[in-house]
Amino acid sequence: MSEAGYNFAYLDEPTKRMIRRAILKGLAIPGYQVPFASREMPMPYGWGTGGVQVTAATLVPEDTLKVIDQGADDTTNAVSIRRFFQRVAGVATTTRTAQASVIQTRHRIPETPLAEGQILVYQVPIPEPLRFLEPSETETRKMHALEEYGLMHVRLYEDIARHGAIATAYAYPVQVEGRYVMDPSPIPKFDNPKLKSAAIQLFGAGREQRIYALPPHTRVVSLDFEDHPFDPAKADAPCALCGATGAYLDEVVVDDAGGRLFVCSDTDYCETRRAEGRVGAAAE
Amino acid sequence: MYVAVKGGERAIDAAHDWLAEARRGDPAVPELTLAQIREQLALSVARVMAEGALHDPDLAALAIKQARGDLIEAIFLIRAYKTTLPRLGASRPVETGAMLCARRISATFKDVPGGQILGPTFDYTHRLLDFALAAEGGAADARVPDPAQADAAQADAGPQADAGPQAMPHVLGYLDSEGVIQPEPPPDPEHAAPPPDLTRQPLELPADRPLRLQALARGDEGFLLGLAYSSQRGYGRNHPFVGELRIGTVAVELDIPELGFAVEIGSVELTECETVNQFAGSKAEPARFTRGYGLVMGQSERKAIAMALVDRALRWHELGQDDTGAPIQDEEFVLMHADNVQATGFLEHIKLPHYVDFQSELELVRRLRRKAAESGRREAAE
Repeated sequence: MSEAGYNFAYLDEPTKRMIRRAILKGLAIPGYQVPFASREMPMPYGWGTGGVQVTAATLVPEDTLKVIDQGADDTTNAVSIRRFFQRVAGVATTTRTAQASVIQTRHRIPETPLAEGQILVYQVPIPEPLRFLEPSETETRKMHALEEYGLMHVRLYEDIARHGAIATAYAYPVQVEGRYVMDPSPIPKFDNPKLKSAAIQLFGAGREQRIYALPPHTRVVSLDFEDHPFDPAKADAPCALCGATGAYLDEVVVDDAGGRLFVCSDTDYCETRRAEGRVGAAAE
Repeated sequence: MYVAVKGGERAIDAAHDWLAEARRGDPAVPELTLAQIREQLALSVARVMAEGALHDPDLAALAIKQARGDLIEAIFLIRAYKTTLPRLGASRPVETGAMLCARRISATFKDVPGGQILGPTFDYTHRLLDFALAAEGGAADARVPDPAQADAAQADAGPQADAGPQAMPHVLGYLDSEGVIQPEPPPDPEHAAPPPDLTRQPLELPADRPLRLQALARGDEGFLLGLAYSSQRGYGRNHPFVGELRIGTVAVELDIPELGFAVEIGSVELTECETVNQFAGSKAEPARFTRGYGLVMGQSERKAIAMALVDRALRWHELGQDDTGAPIQDEEFVLMHADNVQATGFLEHIKLPHYVDFQSELELVRRLRRKAAESGRREAAE
């Protein structure tokens, strides 16, 4: 049952229609940032108001929603957003990636490959990949229109000249279908290869009033150079709980002596593996 | 064995309970009523209404109570409520020339038709803590003059005060009739586009003046104050005089399509500031004064004056002036950073978990350091 006094999924229907139009435009021009009249939401800017608006405009009563933050279903903000939709939309929720029809995420893409029919909604703080090269929005929109991405390549080159590697570890820029350079939100670059997906991916930036999207199976290429190919690095260890070697890991300080442990950042992935009987070093 | 941290849900519930307890404070102290906040913290209520962009003193008082006196939090509560309200229509432009003024001063003319009215101002108070206010009840009430004395005091404060409502012409109108100030003709009502609505359309740049003023009216008082102050100290200076500052109530009229005429639906308190700015002229414009404009809901002189300075500074292009590169002249810089609900949200969100991003940075730094150490060793060996 949804909250009395509010429309299904909080937003009024004309607002949802406005957001859906922006989403459809975004899907029609993959990687292009569509301006939309972002509303003030009952959680602060920076807490995922863009993602929440996209999710609210996307949800139907039959949906099953999963919300993750840093890969985990039980981080405080994931709990808070999941509760919000339980309250205002009354939809079913789950922590299982495979069972969700809509997944709202902050900073991660689930390890379990997504399927057709699923929608992944990203919370985006700064949608403009060129922002820290050029602070003016008027200028960056012009640069996108003219496909003027030289500045970005120069920055990546300067990284290599200075550090011997591209020194961007998250929010690693990608080019979509050979056209728009896009910020994949602050996911670790380990997740970048998963941007080519069977699911619909929607990106919502509330404060910056932008929506952009990737239709299923869109070609998404992480920017690199022939002699310095993209490297989706991660911690060189297996998960201490489930033994996974191909998953992104959180580093946890476990004692006063600074002892470390690496565990899956995707809690559902880790739990599923443990339920299947896989065991890591710390769980033996 | 290591067990992943759980219990975000329980922690949130417990935090909310604690917050409610902290908000109430010592239960031995009587609880604040909304009427007390509305009547005795009226300037806080005014700020919450202005920056929350919703005129409702009772809701603003509720927001202040719920926010424990944190005004930006209260503004946020009001905004989040306002966003759910339907837009039933747009009022007619309010006529500030017909304002029932509680305060009206001009810094450019010693006397003006309608007179100068000091009104309820802090301007000439000595900022000495009034310990009589600390004594609750009788002593504090004793400072409120009885009605007969209040009438006499009002007559002293301004000749207009007891004359009842009547139109009070704008001071800048006198300069206008002489042609020494840049004219501001009202738009042709037949062809004028409806005013833009910042809350219904995304802000796109460059913005026209109505949209800029709308953004400034909702903007953070402190941010506008800092910008205006910076211009006074030389960063995009525009030499302002307060031509007129007035505070009072104006009627709000709404066209009712079924009736075919406008009906007064209520009144709001506004603060209006018009500045007269020195301007020597440029290739495009003859020498004359120019204008800055500030209009804020409720009583907020600081913000109205600051807004007028910022408005004037942002008009450099229209008036053919040079861009000196000062922050106050940069429309995008001003408009993108004036909203305190946006700013505080984005600022404070960095306290949310960022384990994943940090982890990837940590690994990158370790790898780069390892690489540097290896190449250092290689060089030493060579």
